[in-house]
Amino acid sequence: MRKILSFLGLLLCSYSFAQEYIPKNDGVKTNTSNYTAFTNAKIYITPTQIVDNGTLLIKDGKVVASGNNVSVPKNAVTVDLSGKTIYPSFIETYSDFGMKPVENASSNRRSPQYDASRDGFYWNDHIRPDQNALDFFDFDIKKAEKLRKAGFGVVNSHIDDGIIQGTGVLITLAPEGSDATRLLDEKLGQFYGTSKSKTSRQMYPTSLMGTMALLRQVNLDADWYAKGNIKEKDRALEAFNANRNEIQILNASSKENVLRFDKIGDQFNTQYVFVSGGDEYEWIKDIKATNAQFIVPVNFPDAYDMEDPLMASSVSLADLKAWNQAPSNPKVLADNNITFAFTTHDLKEEKDLLANLQKTIEYGLDKTKALEALTTIPAQIIGKSTQLGHLKTGAYANFLITSGDIFDKETTIYQNWVTGVKDEITPMDTKDLRGDYTFKLNNTDYELSISGDIEKLKSKVKTEDKELGSKINFSNEWLTLTFSTIDTTKQEFVRVISKISDSENIKGKAILPNGTEFAFNATKKASEKTEEKKSDKDEDKESEMPKLFPVTYPNMAYGFTSLPQQETILFKNATVWTNEAEGILEQTDVLIKNGKISKIGKNLSAGNATIVDATGKHLTSGIIDEHSHIATSSVNEAGHNSTAEVSIEDVLDAEDINIYRNLSGGVTSIQVLHGSANPIGGRSAIIKLKWGETPENLIYTNTPKFIKFALGENVKQSNWGDDSRNRFPQTRMGVEQVFIDYFQRAKEYDALKKSGKPYRKDIELETIAEILNKERFISCHSYVQSEINMLMKVAEQFNFNINTFTHILEGYKVADKMVEHGVGGSTFSDWWAYKYEVNDAIPFNAPIMHNAGVTVAINSDDAEMSRRLNQEAAKSVKYGDISEEDAWKFVTLNPAKLLHIDDRVGSIKVGKDADVVLWSDHPLSIYAKAEKTIIDGTVYFDIERDAQLREAMEKEKNELTTMMLQAKHKGLKTKSIEKKEKELLHCDSVEHQF
Amino acid sequence: MKKLNILILTLLVSLSGLAQQTPAPKQTNAYSIEGATLHMGNGNVIKNSLIMFDNGKITFVGSAMMKIARQGKVIDAKGKHVYPGFIAPNSTLGLVEVDAVRASDDEDEIGAMNPHVRSIIAYNTESKVVESMRPNGVLMAQITPRGGRISGTSSIVQLDAWNWEDAIIKEDDGIHLNWPRAYSRGRWWLGEPMVLTENKNYSKEVDELKNYFAENKAYQAGNTSPKDIPFDALQGLINGNKTLYVHVDNEKGITDAINFAKAQNIKKTVIVGGYEANNVTDLLKENNVPVLLQRVHSLPNSGDDDYDLPYKLATQLVEAGVLVGLENAGDMERMNTRNLPFLAGTTVAYGLTKEQALSLITYNTAKILGIDDTVGSLEVGKDATLFISEGDALDMRTNKLTKAFIQGRDISLETHQTELAKRYSEKYKNQ
Repeated sequence: MRKILSFLGLLLCSYSFAQEYIPKNDGVKTNTSNYTAFTNAKIYITPTQIVDNGTLLIKDGKVVASGNNVSVPKNAVTVDLSGKTIYPSFIETYSDFGMKPVENASSNRRSPQYDASRDGFYWNDHIRPDQNALDFFDFDIKKAEKLRKAGFGVVNSHIDDGIIQGTGVLITLAPEGSDATRLLDEKLGQFYGTSKSKTSRQMYPTSLMGTMALLRQVNLDADWYAKGNIKEKDRALEAFNANRNEIQILNASSKENVLRFDKIGDQFNTQYVFVSGGDEYEWIKDIKATNAQFIVPVNFPDAYDMEDPLMASSVSLADLKAWNQAPSNPKVLADNNITFAFTTHDLKEEKDLLANLQKTIEYGLDKTKALEALTTIPAQIIGKSTQLGHLKTGAYANFLITSGDIFDKETTIYQNWVTGVKDEITPMDTKDLRGDYTFKLNNTDYELSISGDIEKLKSKVKTEDKELGSKINFSNEWLTLTFSTIDTTKQEFVRVISKISDSENIKGKAILPNGTEFAFNATKKASEKTEEKKSDKDEDKESEMPKLFPVTYPNMAYGFTSLPQQETILFKNATVWTNEAEGILEQTDVLIKNGKISKIGKNLSAGNATIVDATGKHLTSGIIDEHSHIATSSVNEAGHNSTAEVSIEDVLDAEDINIYRNLSGGVTSIQVLHGSANPIGGRSAIIKLKWGETPENLIYTNTPKFIKFALGENVKQSNWGDDSRNRFPQTRMGVEQVFIDYFQRAKEYDALKKSGKPYRKDIELETIAEILNKERFISCHSYVQSEINMLMKVAEQFNFNINTFTHILEGYKVADKMVEHGVGGSTFSDWWAYKYEVNDAIPFNAPIMHNAGVTVAINSDDAEMSRRLNQEAAKSVKYGDISEEDAWKFVTLNPAKLLHIDDRVGSIKVGKDADVVLWSDHPLSIYAKAEKTIIDGTVYFDIERDAQLREAMEKEKNELTTMMLQAKHKGLKTKSIEKKEKELLHCDSVEHQF
Repeated sequence: MKKLNILILTLLVSLSGLAQQTPAPKQTNAYSIEGATLHMGNGNVIKNSLIMFDNGKITFVGSAMMKIARQGKVIDAKGKHVYPGFIAPNSTLGLVEVDAVRASDDEDEIGAMNPHVRSIIAYNTESKVVESMRPNGVLMAQITPRGGRISGTSSIVQLDAWNWEDAIIKEDDGIHLNWPRAYSRGRWWLGEPMVLTENKNYSKEVDELKNYFAENKAYQAGNTSPKDIPFDALQGLINGNKTLYVHVDNEKGITDAINFAKAQNIKKTVIVGGYEANNVTDLLKENNVPVLLQRVHSLPNSGDDDYDLPYKLATQLVEAGVLVGLENAGDMERMNTRNLPFLAGTTVAYGLTKEQALSLITYNTAKILGIDDTVGSLEVGKDATLFISEGDALDMRTNKLTKAFIQGRDISLETHQTELAKRYSEKYKNQ
């Protein structure tokens, strides 16, 4: 194919760039060395250096000179551009232009693939730094035309496949020529994605957190390789090292991912350039703090079609607001001095670019910034500032000739020159026929109004206030107009033909249905009216400027208009469940101040505190859920049987509505656990439910380190179907050996590391070594007594203790052994019968373990139940006659102990964090409601404020709905209703779309 | 703890290995329960009450102050509470034992139109899950098939029986129809976004239903030969022998379903689920359509909904005058059905009185299922299906059963689970 292409190129381009050594058989060799001069134009030499009546002189594809004082050589073809404007052509930095489509891996095997398909490369097929875009490139003539029409001259293209995707290629869009002349840089940038390569079925990673861990390990391994420590040849790592000095471009596609991957970059001294999701405005402070440059899409969401109220009610406030707010993103970036370039990536059609930019300018983006984001900034991002993005001497002659301001709706792009080769988009001498005319025909007066695009006109013909059906066509200076006769029932038409010589009058002939011909002469109406109209339009435009809804924290339902602040609050006359030796105190005051519990006692003086009358109410410490899967976008990395390298902290989702719902149930802290797909799972995140904060701010300071382990049916893949029979372990016997294997290897790794000798840093083994060194604690998913006992014995063999058995449904059978080992149990109150291994699960489990001396917690593993954990604790009173005080500790102090945060939370004690809940009733009662949920002295849930939020939301939704209906009636594009579902994640959830 | 010990003792005597509990024999002696707070189920409460029953039927309900001869064995229940047995409608109890074990799963037959498929014959009275209902007061259930457009025919049982035939309270009480969905979900495996969009086949699916009923009408009008077994089962809806249970949540679906049932001359229709039923209360009342309301302990359907919407739906419907019962379908529905009383309890925190809440799982449900002539409230002449709790049975803190009767039979409150609890508590005590 490449051969054919270059042959074709040869035929096409011999006129301007033929190399001197290429033989010529179709004529004599010609060697023009003429200049081309564009005179009398307004020239944007750069977005900020603008000259009126300037000259642009080009030769051999480059700018020779530009400005007001350019002397035009005699051998110059001069083009007079009076009244016209010249801009540098745009630069597309993120595209897969001309890349061959990536083919999906085909395979007859149905069982999962764990090993790599490629030999001589990295162990993971999704790491492909060895790919060079040039090897996959095939100039796409059609797409090039579209891009030129949209204003682009140069594209940096790459293969959008895999996690590390290899290098890009910088190519011009010159309409004539070949790769020989179009290729500007054959290796530009190293590209990254967040999903796997389609070319391989290799399972790892199955999650975003796996992707992040893998990227880190690649960086470490590449370094180890560069130091010569790996004997075998690894072409992927070699390429990765070779590409290190290239610009590193990562498609993050969301604000969360920008922050996530920026952290990885910081760790390895790499500053990624991020292709964004257009939602940076929601977290602009944190986005700015990355110091990254951005490549920003301009595909703003269409309005929803809200006409069916039953369907429309399922559109979320977040989606309604995104429609309203997203076009403001570029302005917000500019206001915060963040460097960004625009991309057509993700746009349905390239031609939408300018229309969408007009919208973002309506939203207040400065036009100079917009132009920079299309020219100088992308040039700077790809390191080509000297040659691209401007029209200074020496730059490539890539420029647009337009009828005026490029960001004006009415402006026409006439030509796009790329490396001195002209592409005519709209004939420059096309007369602008738009306007209102009158004409007389057969003694009848008619009115004709012409609108639409300069080349694609629309007509309206009226007579005696009656509109006639009509059609107009204008090309190559010839105009045809057809309109129906006054008696429209007859379906007869008058045809007009005219050769246009000036745009004031349309002269020609009209042919009536009966064949009679008349002279036709339509005269344009006075122009003052059009001017008047224009000013009307301007006013219209301003009134069109939509109301911009404020960003809330989080920017969705139940978001706060500003982040809630710490308060000083005095609770008067509460029943206080201290969880301390004092027990339950009646009619007691509690003062919280500076985020801590400051005083407990009777008749405390208020000072400047807000007083909350808690008479008849109960004040407790916040509920702590030891086992949760809310607030995360991944749960399982199911690609390996050990995944200690992944961390939930990497993938927290601070905008999960279940955070707010948990607050409404009195929950203040949770452990977000990895799932139970593997014997050795991933690291946990222990967080406070600070609704509205970014993920980083949810995590405990000096957070205890935890990791999830798992046993039983899930890890041996009993319920994964018949195809999943090829991963070790498939039995409980194998599970033990996985642990022994990894602990042994981690032990040896740690010994080598401590010896001071060089070692290959392995994130997975580092993590497991932390367990051996008692720096990281295990919370292990467990059901059956045999395996529970097994893990304790394995731990003892390696001289450490298991911290927590979570689920632990048969804990009651081995409670004595658990006490002896010193492990806690975090269990369900009454779940059972969903799997074979929970046949013997009983609701008496927590009480029996507790009575035997185990530290017992009751957890949820479920977004619904977690907001009723107080009721789940009460079940221990029902089933096991546990005292109410002890039962309450099952969901507060005991999980705090198990998580090693009981020095900060879990009881009401002076000096501890002010994480407290005010209940309307006895907290173990089914009739109790949380009225205030407070974390670090800040009220994150308040039942009265919730009522206000509901009202405000309703109002905003109605307003936005009206705006969308108006948009539809104005003829704007709408899309059909979508309802986004938050997938509820459990222990065994695996990401679908990954 | 003391109580547990006493229980252990009694158990050690009666312990029969790991087999299921033996169903209690027919009532031969009368019982009188005296001194308890009696919750009738129909909204009335009698403090310091007296209730007597014999031959399986209630013979007296009134005040303990009444000078009337106590019949049979007298149980002193001072300070305790007496309730009618709770009824779990739309349940798959006994149809599946362990979710993940396919061999134990008999809830969902293949095929779209299965009115003739009967749940009752697959109902496993020996299920360990079934017996675990009783210690929480759930004594009756409507055993309901799942899947397809028309899932099949349900039956209503009591939860202490030797076999399905003995368990029946009402056989083949109704047919269950899963109304076409308003939304369809993106097929992620084809790369479609995981969002819900309007179900483009909705009208087609509704038409299929209409055609099915039209075909039945034509068949019944003819000489019904050759026999069509599914249509013969379906006909129960037209002649009033069976209730149509339409499983549907959204406003449009509920509206369409009610109009559909009317057009088909279906005598009795019940909405099951009804997440958006509160938007169409007038329509429900006009057509006398009650609602078996979806699991109270569930998350709102969308992130924008009030966090407590599922908690307060029952109150909204009751206040609007709709007849409401509670059902519990969903994830892990069988084992979770023992929490039915607490679903009712939650509605109290969100606006109902305790007696109104109780009706949602007793009297109202019996009326909706058409079994209120024998069960659902504690009234003379009805079945003596009731229990004694130490405290408020709608609150988990105080739901502690000391005695339960089904049709006057003194049933065991032991289960596979209590036996394990006792065995292992004993283990540690002896160490």
